[in-house]
Amino acid sequence: MVKELEETVDVPVVHVCTVVPISLTVGANRIVPAVAIPHPLGNPDLEKGEEYILRKKLVEQALRALATEVSEQTVF
Amino acid sequence: MGKIRVVHYLNQFFAGIGGEEKADITPFKQDGAVGPGTALQKQLPEDMEIVGTVVCGDTYFNENLETATDEVLKLIESYQPDIVVAGPAFNAGRYGMACGGVCKAVQERLKIPVLTGMYEENPGADLYRKSVYIVKTGNSAAKMRQALPVMAALAAKLAHGEELVSPTEEGYLPRGIRINKVHDKRGSTRAVEMLLKKIKGESFTTEYPMPVFDRVTPRPAIKDLAKARIALVTSGGIVPKGNPDHIESSSASKFGTYSLENVSDLNEQTHETAHGGYDPVYANEDPDRVLPVDVLRELEKKGVIGSLHPTYYSTVGNGTSVANAKKYAHEIGLQLKEAGVDGIILTST
Repeated sequence: MVKELEETVDVPVVHVCTVVPISLTVGANRIVPAVAIPHPLGNPDLEKGEEYILRKKLVEQALRALATEVSEQTVF
Repeated sequence: MGKIRVVHYLNQFFAGIGGEEKADITPFKQDGAVGPGTALQKQLPEDMEIVGTVVCGDTYFNENLETATDEVLKLIESYQPDIVVAGPAFNAGRYGMACGGVCKAVQERLKIPVLTGMYEENPGADLYRKSVYIVKTGNSAAKMRQALPVMAALAAKLAHGEELVSPTEEGYLPRGIRINKVHDKRGSTRAVEMLLKKIKGESFTTEYPMPVFDRVTPRPAIKDLAKARIALVTSGGIVPKGNPDHIESSSASKFGTYSLENVSDLNEQTHETAHGGYDPVYANEDPDRVLPVDVLRELEKKGVIGSLHPTYYSTVGNGTSVANAKKYAHEIGLQLKEAGVDGIILTST
């Protein structure tokens, strides 16, 4: 999906996912490693406020990836 | 009983007509074996005979796919064959396409076994390996001597209706067909044995090879995030509560298109996940854990990003084939392109 989106829309796409090797094998160009498979952008063990901060960091990382030039597959 | 009748398909070069300058030659036939067919005949069992050879120029075939296929088929049919062997084409792309195309058409229309040979990376192999038996050859005609015995042995088996063993043992390219069989060791034992070999650095054969994927060029970065419109797409199955489009929990047959207008936070009353294969409790409790709408709304308000695209797209990645995922992404992509988004965050579980 990530590749087809990048090809079709012609804009950068960042893949936020937990199993980075799959993303690398599939061919995503910008990858942000996530927390866990059932909750990539959260952690139920944290208190609500802390969890939000964690999610915000990941989203900011994803945005940073979109704003960064890459010439090859890059894990942020 | 008469001999098993074999028809051999060749291009202009292997038939000895000429090279590139003769590549537009129209199909013709010649009785008996020609060129590599003579060597192939020597490898075949005594009850098989190459009764005729059909030749077509590679350029003619590829530029006139339908008519050329029909013409070649008519010539092949005139020999009343029991089996058709094409090539081998090695790494010659147009020849490979022709061999694959001829074989597939013969198999479908004449309902007889077919066989060809190619180098793995021949585009014809990519296109036809799932439909017909393609013996794996080297990448040039220098490997003819190695290719012919394998092709002859497999042709004999096919012509006699013998059961084939695995692609590796028979020497043909895997067709992606899985056959149930009883193994004397159970799966866990075989897996541990493979793991031990892997740890020792020894070679082993996987029972489930991963597909090979192609690549896309990374697109240029977003220059100014504060002006950018960011879209959200997920394969994590986040849908409005009740899953209105009934997206399947596995092998999804569709994707959903949902509005984010006036939505600043996803919660268990508004959204849920349709995804099977992972524990849905956390995503159902707070769907922002998969689709971070809450954070993006804050960043939008603060001017970190220009805006969050008012529509998000969702499907379920669980067991969904690469071909379907690609198809959904293409349709989603066309809509996002039309909408003029500047960047996409795709989240996966």
